[in-house]
Amino acid sequence: MSAAEERIVRQSTRNAWLLSLPALIVLIAAASGPLLIVLVYSFLTPGQHGNVVWEFSTGGWVGILWSQDIFTQEWVLADAHLTIFWRSLWLSLLTTVFTFVVGFPTAWFIATRPLKERALWLFLITIPFWTNLLIRTYAINEVLRKEGLMNTVLMGTGITDTPIEVLYTQTAIFIGMTYVYLPLMVLPLFAAIDRFDMRLLEAGYDLYASRMQVLRRVILPIVKPGIIAGSILVFVPSLGAYVTPRVLGGGKQMMIGNFIELQFLQGKNWPLGAALSMLLLVIVMAALLVYVRYANKGSSTHG
Amino acid sequence: MTEAVTIEARNAVKAFGQGDHAVRALDDVSIQIRKGEFFTLLGPSGCGKTTLLRLIAGFEMPTSGAILLDGADITELPPNKRPVNTVFQSYALFPHLSVAENVGFGLTMQGRPKAEVDRRVAEMLALVKLETMAGRKTSQLSGGQQQRVALARALAPQPKVLLLDEPLSALDLKLRKEMQVELKRLQTETGITFIFVTHDQEEALTMSDRIGVMSAGKLQQVGSPKDIYTRPVNRFVASFIGETNFMNATVVPGGVKLGTGDVIEVPTTRPGAVTVTVRPEQVRLVAAGEAGAIAASVKFLVYFGTDTHCHLELADGTEVVARLQSPANGEAGIESGQSVGLRFAPGAAQVLED
Amino acid sequence: MAERAFHVARLPGFATTAIIVFVALYLPIFTLVAYSFNASTSLAVWGGFSLDWYAKAWDNQQVKDATIRSLIIASFAAAISTTVATMAALGTTRRRAFKGQTLIYVAINQPLMVPEIVTAVALMIVFGLIKVWLTSIGMGGLTTGLGYLILAHSAFCIPFAYLPIRARLEGMDLTLETAAADLYASPWQTFRRVTLPLLAPGMIAGAMLAFVISLDDVVITEFVKSGGQDTLPTYMLGQMRRQLTPEINAVSTMLLGLTVVLLTAFFLLTRKKT
Repeated sequence: MSAAEERIVRQSTRNAWLLSLPALIVLIAAASGPLLIVLVYSFLTPGQHGNVVWEFSTGGWVGILWSQDIFTQEWVLADAHLTIFWRSLWLSLLTTVFTFVVGFPTAWFIATRPLKERALWLFLITIPFWTNLLIRTYAINEVLRKEGLMNTVLMGTGITDTPIEVLYTQTAIFIGMTYVYLPLMVLPLFAAIDRFDMRLLEAGYDLYASRMQVLRRVILPIVKPGIIAGSILVFVPSLGAYVTPRVLGGGKQMMIGNFIELQFLQGKNWPLGAALSMLLLVIVMAALLVYVRYANKGSSTHG
Repeated sequence: MTEAVTIEARNAVKAFGQGDHAVRALDDVSIQIRKGEFFTLLGPSGCGKTTLLRLIAGFEMPTSGAILLDGADITELPPNKRPVNTVFQSYALFPHLSVAENVGFGLTMQGRPKAEVDRRVAEMLALVKLETMAGRKTSQLSGGQQQRVALARALAPQPKVLLLDEPLSALDLKLRKEMQVELKRLQTETGITFIFVTHDQEEALTMSDRIGVMSAGKLQQVGSPKDIYTRPVNRFVASFIGETNFMNATVVPGGVKLGTGDVIEVPTTRPGAVTVTVRPEQVRLVAAGEAGAIAASVKFLVYFGTDTHCHLELADGTEVVARLQSPANGEAGIESGQSVGLRFAPGAAQVLED
Repeated sequence: MAERAFHVARLPGFATTAIIVFVALYLPIFTLVAYSFNASTSLAVWGGFSLDWYAKAWDNQQVKDATIRSLIIASFAAAISTTVATMAALGTTRRRAFKGQTLIYVAINQPLMVPEIVTAVALMIVFGLIKVWLTSIGMGGLTTGLGYLILAHSAFCIPFAYLPIRARLEGMDLTLETAAADLYASPWQTFRRVTLPLLAPGMIAGAMLAFVISLDDVVITEFVKSGGQDTLPTYMLGQMRRQLTPEINAVSTMLLGLTVVLLTAFFLLTRKKT
């Protein structure tokens, strides 16, 4: 490279950074930077009435799994915490699987509509995606409540004669999360199916495959990147869900998000809350890393 | 050669769209394709040849009419139940499977034992000379190799009929020539009935046992390459296959009379005004004024290397092209403006049937 | 006969499932909207059509304050995030790969990746610290404003503003700028007269997305706000702990209406370019 070329490259890089600087300042001030402070807080000692005392402690991290008995000072496995983790994980997985089971046919349906209709169907999926999560959760609350639409229909048709109490149970959280996160599954699936070469279906049927075989041996393997993307897009916010379990779980059925809140707003144990936040962040990052890894691998071998 | 019919289409009609907007892609086509022959459906794009192929494959169902395989009605049989395989124009190779897995796909779907599948895949890869590529992903292959995989994949289940939808159109000229020979070899070796769709008349002439020429959803003519070339039934067939000259004429006793007043001997059963066609290579130039020759003047010459096309004008203004061998070096040739006489080789002139 | 045709792309039960999904997606929202017009005080019984709850919501000072606060925050956040995102998009697109490019991408998209609750907690801690510090240097008066909320909202709106702007830039014909330069325009004139007008639809789309995202935020606002700084969503979240009345439905419907209008405009705006 000549000196002049080198100068141009250097200048271009400098301009890129200068132009990005204002955005980076806002992001470091109000997004990335604060995360580091949370990391620091997770290694401090809890204060008397919330907040922290600036003394190093691993108590926050240890407290994730163990709790100290008030009387015997013995460390025991914190069953209550494990229940919350297990519930978060289980409900997130269930939500991911179920959104896929109903989201895949939906995405397929949209992708196989005539081109003129397709934009409209896609728009219908996108509207809920952008509308307020709280409103959508509240709408589910209205449907599920004792005197809500679900029970009115069930009792009106005589399927049951006493209202079913779903609200404030894990089932309600599961229904709510499936409802609010479904578009996140459908959109990447649609993108993958839209790229899928429909002529491969003809090849599959031509070579004696049945409908199920075509689905299993041709369609699913090829749209796998979309399935992975959709699953991660649903799993990640499910695991960190806060609003949905709060509105539909009624405080009894806590998930990690609510448990973190509890440590801060009730002023109980900030370092534990900070450690839990970091743990959640690490899990989410790991999931995203798996995705990036897979996406890169997929693109290089599938050309 | 046995004359047993493998595939038959009876009054097949395929309309797309509804009501007044309906377009007949296939308009009452009946055709019989014999066992073990290399049959080509030839025609310009949109003529209905691919639609007919898709009806035979089972991807489309006729609006009316029937498709028969070995005498049995398969019109409503889905494609995965028909012993018919397709080589797709786009190849449609499965991107997530290796070459060997692609070739074995049909056999696996049929539930054949793994050992048989493996043996058959090896045979097929040997047949198309891709033994060393078995483990490759299809995206790592060249266009010609992908083409071979598509062929091997379609042949592996030993179908009764192999359908080829313009399979060579994506290849460059040199490769296309190679594959033409290759396809002919495969067809002879396997003895499977091939139905080959193309818009390339040269490809059709060199490869086929019989050709069906299609236009506007209708079958125009079916016959051997030689039949089609030398005895085209109508203007479309005559002009689509090879180059040709058309002349208006009226039927007179013993032949037809051209616009120039010259009478040429052509057998015909039709009365009145007709069209006469002569291939350019069948036009001979003689000295002007020679007895029985038609008077013409040379308009211009187009040099093609071995051949020279000589564009002539008859007395009534009709244009005729003669394909002549280019004159040897140093030899004087015909020049534009020159007056000449022309004759047609015996039996070369044809009266078109419509 | 044609009715029984074999369709390669049709899979059994898929269309039915899809239709059920669409119905299930919209039924709860329609129910919510319908009950906002319920004359009865209870959410259980239908007491006939009425606009009472809208009138009630309108008269509610808390709702009014929260609405104004939401709109102020969303406007500022949209303006700030769009401005910085436009600059960042100009910096990161249409040039050869440079050192640190991935780092900038990661930073810009970071708010999309980190769980909201984690960001919320982090911001709560940091703003708590800033508050203590400001008070200690005798500038406690600054802590009552909406500044924190606007900054927090601006940050998580950046990726949403960035995406359509970047898409627009990448689709732009580079030769237009070359042509302008050829016609004696200075770099600034080129930007002002050519790049910016062409970029405008992308910027408007980005600003609208940012506005919607800011308007809808619950979690981060809930943790960062000081007492009495409710936005519309946090007000609603608070109400949901108490006795529910159709007033919430009326407020929801209005917010929903605003979102749908903005989204439709966004789609029309982005569609024009293709």
